[in-house]
Amino acid sequence: MDLIQVASVRTPRSRDELALAPGEVFLGGGTWLYSEPQPAVTGVVDLMSMGWRSLERRPDGGLRIGATCTLEELHGISAELGGTARPVFAEAVRSFLAGAKVWRTATVGGNLCFAAPASPVPVLAAALDASVKVWGPGGKRRIAAADFVTGVGQTALAPGELVRAIDVPASSLAARTAWRKAALSPLGRAGVYAAGRREASGRTVIVIAGARTRPGALRFERMPEQGELADAVRDLGEWFADPHGTPAWRRAMAVRLAEDVRSELEGAAA
Amino acid sequence: MRITVNGRSQDIEAQPGQVLRTVLRELGHYEVKRGCDAGDCGACTVLLDGRAVNSCIIPAHRADGREVTTVQGIGTADEPAPVQERFVAAGGYQCGYCTPGFVVMASTLGDEELADLPQALKGNLCRCTGYRAIGDAIAGTRNTAPAGISNGDPAYGQAVAPPAARRVVSGEEAYTLDKDPPEGMLHLAVLGSPHAHARVVHLDASRALALPGVRAVLTAEDSPTVRFSSARHEHREDDPDDQLVIDTVMRFRGQRVAAVVAESRRIAEQACALIEVGYELIPAVYDPDEARREGAPLLHPERTPADRVDDATRNLVIAFDEGDPRDEVEAALASAPHSYSGTYRTHRVTHIAMETPAARGWVDDGGRYVLRTSSQVPFLVRDELAHVFGLEPEQLRVLTGRVGGGFGSKQEMLIEDLVLLAMLKTGAPVQYEWTRTDTMSVAPTRHPMRLAITIAADPDGRFRALDLDVLADAGAYGNHTRGVLHHAVTESTEVYHWGKKRVHVEGVYTNNLPSGAFRGYGLGQVMFAVESAIDELALQLGLSPAELRRRNMITADDRFIAETFDDLAIGSYGLDQCLDWVEAQLATSASPSWEPRGLPLTTVSRPSGPEWAEGTGLAIAMIATLPPRGHFAEASVSVGHDGTYVVSVGTSEFGNGTTTAHVQFAATALNTDASRVRVRQSDTDVTGYDTGAFGSAGTVVAGRAVHSAALGLRDRLIEAGAAALGVEAAACVLDADGVVAAPQGAATTSASGQPRRVGFRELVEALAPRTGQVTQKASNDGTPRSVAFNAQGFRVAVSRATGEVRILHSVHGADAGTVINPEQLRGQLEGGVAQAIGSVLYENLIVCDGVVETPVLRQYHIPQYADLPYTEVFFADTYDLLGPRGAKSMSEAPYNPVAPALANAIRDAVGVRPTTTQLTRDAVWALANGADGGSSAGRVAPL
Repeated sequence: MDLIQVASVRTPRSRDELALAPGEVFLGGGTWLYSEPQPAVTGVVDLMSMGWRSLERRPDGGLRIGATCTLEELHGISAELGGTARPVFAEAVRSFLAGAKVWRTATVGGNLCFAAPASPVPVLAAALDASVKVWGPGGKRRIAAADFVTGVGQTALAPGELVRAIDVPASSLAARTAWRKAALSPLGRAGVYAAGRREASGRTVIVIAGARTRPGALRFERMPEQGELADAVRDLGEWFADPHGTPAWRRAMAVRLAEDVRSELEGAAA
Repeated sequence: MRITVNGRSQDIEAQPGQVLRTVLRELGHYEVKRGCDAGDCGACTVLLDGRAVNSCIIPAHRADGREVTTVQGIGTADEPAPVQERFVAAGGYQCGYCTPGFVVMASTLGDEELADLPQALKGNLCRCTGYRAIGDAIAGTRNTAPAGISNGDPAYGQAVAPPAARRVVSGEEAYTLDKDPPEGMLHLAVLGSPHAHARVVHLDASRALALPGVRAVLTAEDSPTVRFSSARHEHREDDPDDQLVIDTVMRFRGQRVAAVVAESRRIAEQACALIEVGYELIPAVYDPDEARREGAPLLHPERTPADRVDDATRNLVIAFDEGDPRDEVEAALASAPHSYSGTYRTHRVTHIAMETPAARGWVDDGGRYVLRTSSQVPFLVRDELAHVFGLEPEQLRVLTGRVGGGFGSKQEMLIEDLVLLAMLKTGAPVQYEWTRTDTMSVAPTRHPMRLAITIAADPDGRFRALDLDVLADAGAYGNHTRGVLHHAVTESTEVYHWGKKRVHVEGVYTNNLPSGAFRGYGLGQVMFAVESAIDELALQLGLSPAELRRRNMITADDRFIAETFDDLAIGSYGLDQCLDWVEAQLATSASPSWEPRGLPLTTVSRPSGPEWAEGTGLAIAMIATLPPRGHFAEASVSVGHDGTYVVSVGTSEFGNGTTTAHVQFAATALNTDASRVRVRQSDTDVTGYDTGAFGSAGTVVAGRAVHSAALGLRDRLIEAGAAALGVEAAACVLDADGVVAAPQGAATTSASGQPRRVGFRELVEALAPRTGQVTQKASNDGTPRSVAFNAQGFRVAVSRATGEVRILHSVHGADAGTVINPEQLRGQLEGGVAQAIGSVLYENLIVCDGVVETPVLRQYHIPQYADLPYTEVFFADTYDLLGPRGAKSMSEAPYNPVAPALANAIRDAVGVRPTTTQLTRDAVWALANGADGGSSAGRVAPL
């Protein structure tokens, strides 16, 4: 929808132009920003003009996902860039309530910063133990993906900061992954996510999200037993209530999906 | 910036913050629709550099230098593309508002997308069809007769494509706002109340008025003082006079505080934020049971029974008892060996017609106020505006374009009064268009109800008594509550013999958003309780659910109680056929080798394993074929020299398909091809009166008027032809080329042996030498009324582990009398079933302390392609003695039996009775596991 208070659109080409004036916000794809009235927004700074590369291999073997990488590009990530973990990228994108038309416009950085329980990118980033590269008025810094989302719609970003990229370490790309989503309808807005990764060493991470106000990562040095995992999931707490599921159902689904992820990872390693 | 649209490159200036959709419509590309304005529904789908996007969430500045293709770039009505022809052939739409988006999307589907069609289509929503017909369009299935080609059969009973078919699929059919705006048109925006109950004690609009471009701010001081109801019926006295155009008392969140009229929508909305308002808060009440108790805050303390508010001191819009004396009913219940009592709740759902309400007004050359509006009831809007504003009806003209869906939502005057007020104040043309969120937070919803029911039976399963207590949440205003509640307890209970019957009904004001007219008009809520209770009693009695119904339902020989339903009769009876068929279908799918069928290009698996349980359920429904106490329609049919006919009729077309039916009535009566009949409709100036398209009346009332007019015109043409030929009228017939002497008898053929014929030119010259146009009028007063019947059956698989309800088999039997158009009837049935499945399995308008927590489509989930089953339909073989050519209406009806049939199937599967219509996965999971449904503030419904 038209953003009625927006009086300026800036299309920056360099870092120097990224300082926000009062009332300005960063614009990623815009699929959320332009979907609701934004009475406090008087200007947008369109990051798509920065020309950041969407997907690239880092010298250390890791993967850099540019903040302006579209969900469509992430969905179609090549085998070379995605490694063993490749299927999880497409799974994450397919979990999106919106379809391919929106994937074409929506960005990875935008979805990460939106930070709704239903947002798949924070779950993906946490499951891959990615590092979020942040630019801000105070310089550059990194935030561990698992710590990035701090609440419903809330992130660790300070005012004026933006996400430049999500860096996935090589060890995560070489891991086995599994992804599950539950919703109140077959392809509906996510109410629960369980995503997991198992490295060759046996180190296993299972992230529970959607059902909680923010993603919760469970870390194990070896593949957990079924009961051990279920207890750990139940203990996470912070079960979330909104129109996409009651807290009790979400908790039960989290336990179920976590077990699905565990057994898939266990089977994959065998 | 430079943009290329459908191959034409142009320089334009987009405003900051604008989206591509706005730019395209400003360029006159009205084929790009505004459905949700949030990227959820896909009505605005276009190709951007060849790839489908939702243009409502594409920042306009990003289209610079790029190429846009709209549905018009894919093909036009004159030169449709194959994909558009497929939508016509399949009948792949009803109201058609979502169709341009679907056509654009369909044009992009390759093998990969077709392999997972539900995923590919999840960004395009249709509210009318239930998607089967859209799937057929994509799969290339033909369901309708080729447009414009005569096959020699009478049009009646054929799957004739709607006359607007090619215009709809090409985006050329004009909906309310799809015309160039009048010169100097202003835009209106409303400031809504942030409080559910408050008095406006201070209002300062000076800052808003100072904003450049603002032309007026309308407040309560500008409002007429005549009270009215937004609900519209033939008799304005049917609804309570409890609303003002702008009031100083706010009774629900979002109610109009003030309206700004400005040169653009943007300025008007900006100015709303500059109005300073002081409120004095009043205690609010959100639970109707609390609201009717002593000491509750009163919403309309000054209203009296003369205003049609039964007891304002208890917030009762309406309260009544019906049936036998209480002691007799109680005695019958007490003495019956089998009885069941239960309390049921129906949750709040809303219509989501894809076109949001919109109206545009201007003054015509004769100084009259003209309103083009998205209404099911243009004549009733005209009359009520005249009443409220103290004008003569002749000073107003109200018309509609094609209307993008209704379902009851547009049987209300929700926007037109403000547009007229703004025109009177500014003297300029004014437009007011609702947002999707307006339709979900301010528009009337379906009435939530609480139903306490007791039924009892003999050992042989004969019902002995029914005791029913209904409590309904009217919301802040009484619009439709009286009608809905009277209707709610009628056909829902009259379909059975009860022995003794008592009904107590109360509709209560609360500070929630208003409830209003919704498909089924109250019946579905009561049927949920009745049809659930009957299943429980069948279990007690050891009878099958179908058999218990059969032993108690009305038969073809029954009569309705005369004093209550003086003009209601069983004009035809197909309930037994519907129930038998549904029961037989469900028996078929009991076989382990039976495999479910999904929507086109999808598969449905039949799950097994310990977590899954299968069950079946069914329910029946009856509905009067039109509303009671008068529903009037006038129609005329004209013919000119070229032998093409024009039907003029007041009925709006919003996907109900009545336009096609009217064409078929006329074409068949006049023995011509459907392509030679045009329809002019829904304009208070150029067509005769019509009470409106609600209560499924378009087919029956206006249909009878059209049919009578066509038959009258036929007789006049034949008489004129017979006179010219010098033969008896009885020896002549009318065909597509004129009047021809029937082939029997020597005098009817010419010397060459050819039948003797009089062409239209000569006929029209004889009958109307001055005007060149022969017109026959007819009218219908909507009485007597008949009843239509429906039965729905489901086989479901329920997962105890997740609460998923997978519909394996959906079967719907309908008795609509003779079938006017089998494809349209099938579409109405599928669409009604689909909307009801959405209501039960997915949709829930959550209102917490007066605040709607689900005001956007991503929170209020209407069914996607992925969400719906294939529904098999059956048409009972009946001929209605009261309907036009034996037909009955069938628009609202299929919605009603669905919720109880689904609940009964879930009950059968998991062994626990659902007592609410909200059967989302979390609710079914809690039901199946005996778990606490969970408490979240957002999930607590007032009822």
